[in-house]
This record gives sequence, structure tokens and C-alpha cells, in this order.
Amino acid sequence: MSKLNEHHPSKFHGIWALTKRELKKWLKEPIILLMSVLQPVIWMGLLGKAMNIGNMFSSSSLSLPAMIPIPGTSLIPPQPGDIYGNVYINGTDLSKMFGDLGPTIMGNIFGVSDYFSYMSVGMISMIVMFTTMFSGMSIVWDRRLGFLNKVLSTPVSRGAIIFSKVLNAALRAMFQATIILALAVVFGLQVSSTFNPVNILALYAAVFLLCLGLSSVFLALALRSTKMETQMAIVNLINMPLMFASNTFFPIDLMPWWIKAIAQVNPVSYLTDALRQLTVYQLDVSSLIFDFTFLGVFAIVFSAIGIALSWRYLTK
Amino acid sequence: MSEEVIKTEGLTKVFNKHLTAVDHVNFSVKHGEIFGFLGPNGAGKTTTINMLITILKPTEGKAAVLGFDIAKQDNKVRNVIGVVPQEYTADEDLTGLENILLCADLYGIPRDVAKERAAELLKLVELTDFKDKKVETYSGGMRRRLELACGLINRPKLLFLDEPTLGLDVQTRTATWDYIRKLKKEFGMTLFMTTHYLEEADALCDRIAIIDHGKIVVTGTPEELKHSLGGDIITLSIKEDPDVTELIRSINNVKDVKKENGSYRIKAEYGEVTAPFVIEALRREGYTVTKLMLTEPTLNEVYLEYTGKSMRDAEESREAFRSQRMTMRRARA
Repeated sequence: MSKLNEHHPSKFHGIWALTKRELKKWLKEPIILLMSVLQPVIWMGLLGKAMNIGNMFSSSSLSLPAMIPIPGTSLIPPQPGDIYGNVYINGTDLSKMFGDLGPTIMGNIFGVSDYFSYMSVGMISMIVMFTTMFSGMSIVWDRRLGFLNKVLSTPVSRGAIIFSKVLNAALRAMFQATIILALAVVFGLQVSSTFNPVNILALYAAVFLLCLGLSSVFLALALRSTKMETQMAIVNLINMPLMFASNTFFPIDLMPWWIKAIAQVNPVSYLTDALRQLTVYQLDVSSLIFDFTFLGVFAIVFSAIGIALSWRYLTK
Repeated sequence: MSEEVIKTEGLTKVFNKHLTAVDHVNFSVKHGEIFGFLGPNGAGKTTTINMLITILKPTEGKAAVLGFDIAKQDNKVRNVIGVVPQEYTADEDLTGLENILLCADLYGIPRDVAKERAAELLKLVELTDFKDKKVETYSGGMRRRLELACGLINRPKLLFLDEPTLGLDVQTRTATWDYIRKLKKEFGMTLFMTTHYLEEADALCDRIAIIDHGKIVVTGTPEELKHSLGGDIITLSIKEDPDVTELIRSINNVKDVKKENGSYRIKAEYGEVTAPFVIEALRREGYTVTKLMLTEPTLNEVYLEYTGKSMRDAEESREAFRSQRMTMRRARA
């Protein structure tokens, strides 16, 4: 035992060791996985199923009388007994006409024929947000337990400490996204005709990119923090607006200009759009490329900032 | 390798521009010794250790650990030292073995070598039977031993121990001391430890530095420090009447003699060596010693002499207090 340590960790060795630690912890507590998947499932049920926006535009929501009088027109000859000389149109036909309008309206506004397909894909974005926010929490927790200091006293690079958290969040989010997507299909998600199983790989890539960017943001915010409470307050403050000021639940086009402005720079919108392009939309390659470019730039910029800050601030 | 394993020159840490935690500290630790940093809460012990293990950057001054500059060659320092932090840092959700292997991974030790060493270390700290149990089921003493094993996985030349027995009961504390002595004896390791338990410093350390308010107030072996207070007290009575004060005073190492209530109170250096000389000298002159008592000054007195007697808890930083409380709580869990 007198020889000095002759081994030096490579960058990846350290990253993988730390990632493995967190994945192990995660797998040992299946209840956490269950809870984190349950949340989007509840949303899918409550918002996606209970409030079926598509049904608002169906014939049953319009109950018109068989004959509707239209004053001063002569489309249909006067009915016997009509002393005012009105003309009538066929209400049943009109109901049917409105009923057919439904899918067209849904298609134009949401891009899909039913709201459930629209929002259940958004749930993947939601789980990405919630998973990444925990990466910030976990570094605060590691600091409080002294684990962070211990790791800092080993030759593992500072960047690896941060990157392992990012990687861990990404892997978890990808796994959960798979479950959500599978459940959504079971509950009635309808994929578009352009869907191809290979799209799933692109879906993972998109999820990975947003995880990279978002967890870097949350980790950077948590680098110096020693209080869980502060961190909780921060992520809660950020997450809700990030979720609602995006296309996760509702289309951006219908939003007032000030929410639209946020939604259009919100990376969550681009992830959600990319995911929908890959599953429920008729694939538009140019907008998919744009989504990926945005997510890629976001990921690169913020993970670079996160790693730079970790070099600067992890050692006080 | 140089004899000096740690050498600091004017090492200083100032937090938030005004709180000086460590103030121009100079000391050196020799190869193969157990060096203890002794001081009240908030004296700057942990801050010093954190600078030496490169997780805090010094505000001023220099330090070399095993010949590497802690500021410029921090990664080289990290590779050759072992750290046993004050807190229980092992992951509670993982097993003991998994924790050790995680540490091994952090040092880049290949899996086969790591497994071999882990088995060796688990045996050393007597955790082999519990290696596949989750750490949350471990007692405080077991956790401390696991930390020790983790700190040794990279076969460090120098091991840092921050309050190694904080929150442990007397039995476990004594057992931990045995492990520490074993490390020194069997592996020729140099150990740097902080403690605020005086008996711990006395029992383990070859040399001690007492630190207070961020400054080292005195350095020396426990014996030297005790003697610095003026030596041991020998109290004796003789059967005969005459005053022998002058006779005793003439004996080597005797510093002062006072006659109190018929017995003599002798202040002498190296009391256990001097006492037989005193008896012998008196006997040669025809006196009979009827009673003799030797009192050694304890480190307690040394400590209070140098650090004063005021309570320190109020000065402690909140974060240090919180982390200490957490450690104690987990130790008792």
C-alpha cells in the first residue's frame, strides 16, 4: 500500500461513474419513477380526456331545429301556414355541415384531429422539465450531505460532475418519455400517416437536447446554493411559466402577443413542436430542422455556460 | 520524496472579504507522522483542511502537499491524497461495496484492481459481512469505517481526517483510533487530522498544532505542549521533620518546590523520571518518603491555556453548525 495511485481518471470514466451512481439510486426507488410518470398521466386524463376540445365542434354540440326561418330570403319556398312569408333552410343539413367543420377547425388550430393527441405529446415536454429541475436539486442535496465536497477532493474534473447530472437527467427523461408515449398510445393517441418507427430515435435526440440545455440552466442556478428551499422556489417560479407559455397545452397562434413573445423563444415550444412533427403531425421537414437547430443551439450555449460556471464556482 | 509532506506559507482564507477563517498559517507535516489540528469550533480547522484538499482556494499564501502546489497543481494533489470528511458522505441508497467502487471510479482505478482493493479494505475496516447491505442500515461507527475505506481506495501517501470521531460513542471512538494507528504503523502513511477532542489528539497525534481564531498558537508534540506549562507536579511527604526544600530543589529537572501543609509540592519536568531521583536523593540523606503522588498536566490544561476559556459556539458559522449537526444525527441513526 505504499505505492502512489498510478491511475488517472479519464473524463468519461468520472462522468459515467457519477451518472451510474444516480441511475442506480433511481432504479432502486421505483416509487419515484412511478410518481414522476403518474403526474403526466393524471394531466393526460384530466386535461386531455375530460376536456375534449374536439367535441366542441361536433354536430351534437349544435342542436338546431329541423327548419330555421331566414327572414327576407327565398331559398326554400314558403311553408304552408307561415303567415309572415319567411323562407327556411334545412337545420339538419346545417348541423351536419357544422359537424364536418369540427375536424377542419381542429386540424387548422391544433394540427391534429383530436386534442388528446395534441396534449399527450406535450406531456413528454412536461416530464423533461420536471426531470431536469431535479438535477439542480440533487446538486444542492449533494452539497448538503458533503458528497459534493468529497467528489471535489478526487481527481474527477469539475465539468464531469456537472455533466454527469445533465446526462442522468437526460437518460431519465428519455426513459420516462418512452413510458409516456406508450401510455398515450394506449389511451388513444393517433399517430399521423407520416409516422415511422425511426422517428422515435429523433424523438430521443430532441429530448436529449432540451435536457442538456435545461438541466445546465438549473444546475448553474444551484451551483452555489446550499438551501433546498431556495432551489425549490426557483424551479417552481421558472417551470410553470415555461410550461404554459409554450405550445405544450395550447397553440401559440391563439395566444396574446406578450405570451406569444415568450413562447416563441421558449425552448420547450421547440421540443414540443419537434415531438409533434415526429408523431402526430404531418411531418414538415423544414420546421423539424428549425426545431432541432433551435434546441441544438440552446443545448450547446447553456451546457457550455454551465460547465464554465462549474469550473469557476464549484471551488470557492 | 522530501521529508515535508505538507508545508504551508502564510496560508490564508478570507470569506466574503471580511471573515478571516484562516490567518497566515505556517506549519509543516513530516513524513510518517500523525499531525493533529486542535482547536475550538470555528477556529479554522476545516477551512484549512479544505484548502489542503483543494476544495477551497486560498485567498493568500501557499501550500505544498506531497510536493505539489495546492493552487497550481490541484489535480495532482487530488490524485495522491485520501480524504475522510467530517460528514458521512457515503450514499445511503447504495451498499457499502458500491460506495467503495464508486470512490474507486472517481480515481479512475480499473474495475478489477478496484474490486481487489475493496475486498482488502472492507476486511481492514471489518465491514466484509455488511458489504452488500445498504448504507442506510449502517451504524455511525460502521459509516465512519466505510468513509475510512473510501478514503484509502487510491492508496494515498497522505490521509486527511476531518473530525474522525465526531458523534461516535466511546467504544467506537477507541476502535477508530486503533484503525488510525494501524494505518500509520502498517502502511507508513502520513495522517493529517483535525479534532476538538483533547484525549483524541493526545492518544493519536505525534505532533499537534493548536489553532484558534484562524491562527496557530502553538505547535509541538503532546509532551512538549504539556511541559510548556511548566512540567508535572510531584506531591510527597516524608516521615522526618526537617525542611528538605533546598535539598529537593538541587535535584535535576526540579523547577520549584513549595511546602504546603506538611507535604512538598514539587514542580518538575519529566515527573515520572524525576520522581525516582527525588526519592533516591532523600533516602541517601536518611529520609523516608511516606507518600508520593505524581500529577501530569493534561492537554486539557494546555488547551485552555492557549485558547482561553470562553465558549465558542456562538462564533461558529451557521453552515458549519448545520453540517456538524447533520453528521451527528446520521451517526446516531
